[in-house]
Amino acid sequence: MKFYEYKAKELFGDYGIPVPRGVLVTSGKDVKGLEYPVVVKAQVLIGGRGKAGGVKFADSPEEASRAVDEIIGMDIHGYEVRKVLVEERAEISKEYYLGIAIDREERAPLLMTSAEGGVEIESVPDDKILKRHIPPFSVLPPYVLRDASKFLGLTREEGKAFSAIARAMFSLFEKEDAELVEINPLALTPKGEFVAVDAKLISDDSALYRHKELQGMEQDLTPLEKEAKSKGIVFIQLGGDIGVIANGAGLTMATLDMISLKGGKGGVFLDLGGTDDPEKVKEAFRLMKKAKPSVIFLNIFGGITRCDSVAQGVKEVLDEEGIDVPVVARIKGVHEDEAKQILRDAGFVAVSSLERAAEETVRLRG
Amino acid sequence: MSILVDENSKVIIQGITGHQGVFHAKAMLDYGTKVVAGVTPGKAGETVHGVSVFDSVHGAVRSTGADTSMILVPAPFALDASFEAIDAGIELIVIVTERIPFHDAIRMMAYARLKGTTIIGPNCPGVISPDKCKVGIMPSGIFGRGAVGVVSRSGTLTYEIVNAITESGLGQSTCVGIGGDPIIGSNIVEILKMFEGDEETESIVIVGEIGGTAEENAAEHIKGMRKSVYAYIAGRTAPPGKRMGHAGAIITRGKGTAESKIAALNEAGVDVAKHPAEIAELIKGG
Repeated sequence: MKFYEYKAKELFGDYGIPVPRGVLVTSGKDVKGLEYPVVVKAQVLIGGRGKAGGVKFADSPEEASRAVDEIIGMDIHGYEVRKVLVEERAEISKEYYLGIAIDREERAPLLMTSAEGGVEIESVPDDKILKRHIPPFSVLPPYVLRDASKFLGLTREEGKAFSAIARAMFSLFEKEDAELVEINPLALTPKGEFVAVDAKLISDDSALYRHKELQGMEQDLTPLEKEAKSKGIVFIQLGGDIGVIANGAGLTMATLDMISLKGGKGGVFLDLGGTDDPEKVKEAFRLMKKAKPSVIFLNIFGGITRCDSVAQGVKEVLDEEGIDVPVVARIKGVHEDEAKQILRDAGFVAVSSLERAAEETVRLRG
Repeated sequence: MSILVDENSKVIIQGITGHQGVFHAKAMLDYGTKVVAGVTPGKAGETVHGVSVFDSVHGAVRSTGADTSMILVPAPFALDASFEAIDAGIELIVIVTERIPFHDAIRMMAYARLKGTTIIGPNCPGVISPDKCKVGIMPSGIFGRGAVGVVSRSGTLTYEIVNAITESGLGQSTCVGIGGDPIIGSNIVEILKMFEGDEETESIVIVGEIGGTAEENAAEHIKGMRKSVYAYIAGRTAPPGKRMGHAGAIITRGKGTAESKIAALNEAGVDVAKHPAEIAELIKGG
């Protein structure tokens, strides 16, 4: 789960990581109690807000109010801006990068830091980034902090301040079940103090059960995404027009790839997970109808449930919902012949071969 | 031979008294797997399909000599269950449970490495050596005994590919579902090494997907291997930054694209299928 910048900064504050003074507002008239100049930032979860005009500078309360009102309601890559963070502008003498992520291949947390902060870390050459793994079952080892301070060329005092932030960050990373916590830029002020000018935090959805305080946290979700999530179905919006329902992440991706191989393009994909439970298949059709695809491609590899009971469920939901776009079903597994017969009798295309099913789907999109 | 599990594996199921546990205990017993015990704290003395239930893994191991465990407990209890199995001397742990927090997964893998335990999963369908032993939740009927080793990051997509291999008249030595999470106990390279040393395995199929660099690392390793390797990579059309169902299937920071994986595998001499069913044709044409 991605955190909005203001939410991440609240948490940073709780862990003792210095952040600029600021207010979260929904309207220009609410900007109060700050010293100028300030920076006005759209609160969206998608990247690239700066280039999209979602960040503005202001030297007076009037300018700040105007900037807020300009940004509220702005559309940034499809997401409407509803909240704006107005922060005092820190004086910056140098910008650094500091992040802790999970290194999948090493199965360990990884600390990364660079003296080239303030730009996309992907664009920084490898030899300008210090990377150190943090041993599991451990605190952040002091040697990592010594290495980092030296690599960044910090003075003794700066190194102390930097180390305090890194330790707080690792503590947050562990206690909040983070996948990624990042400060970019981490600004050094002329007074020799560090401030987290930006904050990025992604926490692990699977650990939400032990973070009750985060369970209601607002997310940029479309109504359909929200509905799917509540039903345990993965809903992903893509660029095309074909609706895909499949069971299992790998199979869903393989289905989309096959459609594209045959000249089509997936529009919405619903992944039921590893299950072929007929009730979940029905829920998926109800959701899919609302996404208005040009054709629906159902690909079920039945492992546990018999295919004919899945097919029966599909027939029922199509009758109930009155779905009027073509449906192509590819059903494989126990009792697949009976399943295909049920669907064909109901007027749908039903085949066993994934390749043929994809061809039919692309043909029927009209 | 085969890898990881065979007719001599003595298997316990942690979480055997749950809905899933009861169902899959039956399926595994029907397949011929030696399920020697189940473990559910507080349910000692019960039986599930004739299998005795113990309070602790230590107790089950002491009474039965079990060497393999399948973990089916809910995610909040999986870290404890894996620590218990590792500590009781279980050699192979197959974690089927999904949605285990990454931080828990990191800890269980670190402890397993310390004790020399092999973990498969989490969030995986399990391991099967056809006609010998099944430790997992996969549908038994699609497998057939043969000489193709399969290692996969996926569940149902594995079934799809295995089914195509079996329908083409070939069979599998062992099929290992390593799991769809970012943090897993055994990666593709580790399974490839086992297959390379297995007499029954003649060729190997990798079922990969976007996210991480496991397939790129595998490609590097394959350059030094004798046996033929084939692959299929799911997610050629997946957009960056979106989690495609599996927690591990995400293109982040420009890394983990299907193109990069396919290019690396091709460079290592691996034929990569354009669609799942093509795998069988590639092996036959091999």
